[in-house]
Amino acid sequence: MRYEAPTSTKDAVTLLSRAKGSAFVLAGGSDLLVRMKGGFIEPDLVVDIKRIPALQEIRKTSTGFRIGAAVPCAAMGEHAGLRKAWPGVVEAANLIGSDQIQSRCTVAGNLCNASPAADSVPALVAAKAKAVIAGPKGRRTVPVEKVPAGPGRTTLGKGEFVEAILLPLPKGKTGDAYLRFTPRTEMDIAVCSAGVCLKLGRGGVIEEARVALGAVAPTVVLVPAAAKAIVGTKLDEAALAALTAACEAACAPIDDKRGTVEFRTEVAGVLARRAAKIAYQRAGG
Amino acid sequence: MAGVHVSTTINGDPVEFVCQPAEVLLDVLRNRVGLTGAKEGCGTGDCGACSVTLDGRLVCACLVLGAEADGRAITTVEGLASGGRLHPLQEKFIEHAALQCGVCTPGFLVAAKALLDRNPDPTVEQIRYALAGNLCRCTGYDKIVRAVQAAAAELATDAAQAGKSGKSKKTRKQTAA
Amino acid sequence: MSHDASLTNRNFKVVGTRVPRPDGVDKVTGRARYGADATAPGQLVGMILRSPHAHALIRSIDTSKAEALPGVKAVITSADLPDKVNGRRDLLDILENCMARGRALYDGHAVAAVAAIDAETAKQALKLIKIDYKVLPHVTDVDEAMQEGAPIVQPWVRTAGGDPNKETNVSQISEFGHGDVEAGFAEADVVIERSYKTEQTHQGYIEPHACLASVGPDGQGELWVTTQGHYTFRNQCAELLGMEIAKLKVTSSEIGGGFGGKTHVWMEPVALALSRKANRPVKLVMTRDEVFRATGPTCSTSIDVKIGVKRDGRITGAKAVLRYQDGAFPGIWGMLGAMTSWACYDLPNVKSIAYDVLVNRPKVAAYRAPSAPMAAFAVESTMDIVAGAIGMDPVDFRLLNAAKEGTRASYGPTYGPIGIRATLEAVKNHPQMKVKLKPNQGRGMACGFWFNFGGQTCATVNIGVDGTINVSVGTVDVGGSRASLSLIAAEELGVPYETVKCTIADTASLGHNDTTEGSRGTFSSGMAIIFACRNAIEELRNRAAKTWDIPVQDVHWQDGQAVALGIQHSNLQPLTLAQIAAKSPRTGGPIAGHNEVVADGAGVSFASHICDVEVDPETGATRVLRYAVIQDAGRAIHPDYVEGQFQGAAAQGIGWALNEEYIYGKDGRLQNPGFLDYRIPVCSDLPFIDTQILEIPNPGHPYGIRGVGETSIVPPLAAIGNAVSNAVGVRLTHVPMSPPRILKAIKAERSLAGDRRVSAG
Repeated sequence: MRYEAPTSTKDAVTLLSRAKGSAFVLAGGSDLLVRMKGGFIEPDLVVDIKRIPALQEIRKTSTGFRIGAAVPCAAMGEHAGLRKAWPGVVEAANLIGSDQIQSRCTVAGNLCNASPAADSVPALVAAKAKAVIAGPKGRRTVPVEKVPAGPGRTTLGKGEFVEAILLPLPKGKTGDAYLRFTPRTEMDIAVCSAGVCLKLGRGGVIEEARVALGAVAPTVVLVPAAAKAIVGTKLDEAALAALTAACEAACAPIDDKRGTVEFRTEVAGVLARRAAKIAYQRAGG
Repeated sequence: MAGVHVSTTINGDPVEFVCQPAEVLLDVLRNRVGLTGAKEGCGTGDCGACSVTLDGRLVCACLVLGAEADGRAITTVEGLASGGRLHPLQEKFIEHAALQCGVCTPGFLVAAKALLDRNPDPTVEQIRYALAGNLCRCTGYDKIVRAVQAAAAELATDAAQAGKSGKSKKTRKQTAA
Repeated sequence: MSHDASLTNRNFKVVGTRVPRPDGVDKVTGRARYGADATAPGQLVGMILRSPHAHALIRSIDTSKAEALPGVKAVITSADLPDKVNGRRDLLDILENCMARGRALYDGHAVAAVAAIDAETAKQALKLIKIDYKVLPHVTDVDEAMQEGAPIVQPWVRTAGGDPNKETNVSQISEFGHGDVEAGFAEADVVIERSYKTEQTHQGYIEPHACLASVGPDGQGELWVTTQGHYTFRNQCAELLGMEIAKLKVTSSEIGGGFGGKTHVWMEPVALALSRKANRPVKLVMTRDEVFRATGPTCSTSIDVKIGVKRDGRITGAKAVLRYQDGAFPGIWGMLGAMTSWACYDLPNVKSIAYDVLVNRPKVAAYRAPSAPMAAFAVESTMDIVAGAIGMDPVDFRLLNAAKEGTRASYGPTYGPIGIRATLEAVKNHPQMKVKLKPNQGRGMACGFWFNFGGQTCATVNIGVDGTINVSVGTVDVGGSRASLSLIAAEELGVPYETVKCTIADTASLGHNDTTEGSRGTFSSGMAIIFACRNAIEELRNRAAKTWDIPVQDVHWQDGQAVALGIQHSNLQPLTLAQIAAKSPRTGGPIAGHNEVVADGAGVSFASHICDVEVDPETGATRVLRYAVIQDAGRAIHPDYVEGQFQGAAAQGIGWALNEEYIYGKDGRLQNPGFLDYRIPVCSDLPFIDTQILEIPNPGHPYGIRGVGETSIVPPLAAIGNAVSNAVGVRLTHVPMSPPRILKAIKAERSLAGDRRVSAG
């Protein structure tokens, strides 16, 4: 294995595109190193992107926030502006692993690891986050939900890597929330999860909504039917029941060591309902 | 496989080593630098027994490549005591019987110090969540949480006294002026 | 042996104080050396290749490519570990578990091992070993393994005392009890019968198994190892490898947790065999994955319990049928479950029948009060159901039926003074019982029992010329016993605690000591130290008599000094231990005391726990809100570490009750061999765990000590089950009571209630 720590995105792209054999990007390493240790992968090249200055910062721009791919999730929690604008996204990012993991893990890595149970992803999807992808042909920006293709697989081409995650500025009365279910209070992978982002119109009526579920399908799923169930309502009991039913209908999980089909389906609905209430409250409803 | 040459700082001392590109920092510390205080309990970042700080942030040394340490500063449990004096956390762990087998203790101490450095007066809940990445199988955590509370209190008293003496000096100066 | 009650009830000077532990500084500074912290010049890295199959015939193993890899110094298979024990089945089982002999019996079973110059080379070498497996049918569930036609795990196994021609997975059937249990049920007003299952759990010590082995061509060897019993390790390794016991020196490292899992060898003979073949030291450290797959977890079980009771609460009959899987080798774990199942109660008619069953899982080892928690889960859950059925308070119901001094225990002996009733009275008076509960919250309690053991023990007390004391013991310190043992020596000699230094001796320095198991460390080594100190005191008196030139019978030992008794010696000032020690080179040489003993008289121990939980009825998640442990310690030598044992045991029980389990796939492979998916409680999962130490002295020990380490892992499973039942009205019969199981039970109950409403309507 070769270890490289380039200091520019250009150099990183060059290294990745010219690599013979298997090449991996090292951001926080909290997934990559575990896979290496377990012998699941044997990289020929590891490109550490933490020495690229622009990737180490959270920048507020005129259109929103740019979170560099090497920013540890702990730093997101320490960023007051980001926390205020997107509390659900920050909470989701801060739920990944322990404090030790928080110092290392990144939302870009969480996205590219392409686990259906990735904690930050449902919240990012709900928040309409975008991924900036650098590659041999330059940069392209895609909605985050377009990056994972299935468990452990992404749509990134050879030489490409996610350079940053973009979050828009929340418009008007917007609120977001993320909840996951884990058997323990910490140190667990989500058995299922839900991210909800709401925008309220006049009189506390929901004008826009996005609901995303984790660990109930091969990738994180955006559930338009769930959003539809609550748009135009003040999140009354009937709307919540419709939201729950839409979420349950969108679930296509598997039975595995972490949960059953039945449990994931039922609890995903419960979490979506609870997250919607928090998001509604945060939006000022 | 070509080794990677790394220059780093460990517990304040400049250290150089050559490691394999895929070798994790924990193995470097234990096998090349001779610091065996950090322990391997799992190798996958799930137990915290190998906790160290890297540029001030708490990490699992098993999830950092040795090569990444170049130009950075690492603190391990061996760096907590200063000179002949134990860190208050170390004293309180002994005083409160916060260890039984002791194998998780180095990780808990490093993690607890990282907590108190950024939050000198944590609530019980904050302590419990901050230490959730460190597994202990002997104590049920009870005495560990109490030891961290006691250390926080002592550090606060020390700081207050230091503040007082600092203030009194200032006062004297002002008087003199 | 019984000891003078005036001694057990005496006022102690240093025993019972909370002194700092002697190994504290080393352990908070990273200086303490554990199993993986030792190195030797020229050491190699050992690694083990393990079976990916639950059950497979090993047709052939080709190690030639691995051997040819530069940097590989030894490759071994079972061919390098021939039978040196003349077919002695118990030892051969241990050897076969260390390295498969023709058949891989479980996922993770060792099949070959290498020693190489570094980890990278060793890893490459493992990949070059080619094994031709023929996969065989497997069975991992205890009930399935007992069925006719189940895959046979060990073709040589016959049920003890059963049909000598019938292949079976049932290695033994054990029965305990007295009275006529059927008559008891006939006499009862209410009879309740329930079935339970518990999943397999692991001790989960944070330190993986690790050793550094060195054997030379002269047949001499050394082993540095993390172990609960280095003498046992020495004996087993020597016997398995055909070495002479005296020529293998085993040193126990600091041990990073054991809880029973480090009571016998797993890979140490492999490390020694590699070292012998390579003629270089070999360090072998397990990964966490190996610890889960290839060391000894505790049993999964299936248990039926039947209790008959009169309306007034008297139990008339009690019966348990227990099926315990022991992994791929015969064990006694079911038998222990049967013995402990009814031990808390005074029963006229009682019966326990246990089946020890083989499955394709790793060889089961002891885990803290082994076998008792599962039996207690079944019995104590049923006790609550019965109390509910007759409308009696569960604590009162238990008090009414609790065992007492003179009770004939269900497993045979008659109890001396015991603490079960005292713990139950303490439950009634505990402040937690008065805390008001909110919706979805519930309170439960349960009792637990453990035997405690004594066993072979040696201790040496050496008095230095400056009056300081070296105490050498052979029981491994698993959780602070050096502090307790130093307190005992200080108490007995009458010297300050600070002057005593307690060391765990290597196998060349003391006679045989049994493993630290059965809560025997402080009990047995404490006893040997007391006798060794008395031995030394005799010598101290001799020296004083010699110094004073008076008869030794006129010299009395009091508060750490020799006092001349009698008016005729009133001019003689007392001689302190330090003064006598300073003169020792001229009065006869070094002063020491020794003791070798079989520490009989271990006192049984009881605990009662109270647990408050909150259940989220929409997700099945359970949170422990409050927890209290009340246990009889006999005599608490160092209360901090007694409390620590209570709390740690309760925490392990809580993890077992709620989330910990081995999950096997249909392929018979373990799905969760890591700390991410084998979910032991983290700091934020638990509340402070309240403790109450009761002291009902054990007449079998000079200081009244009972073992304290194990009993409190026994009640939590049932205490939590009872609390969950009281919180959300569903009875969980399957441990762990994980969120999916609880949610399923709540939904089933809801639909049942719905049916009832419909039929009522």
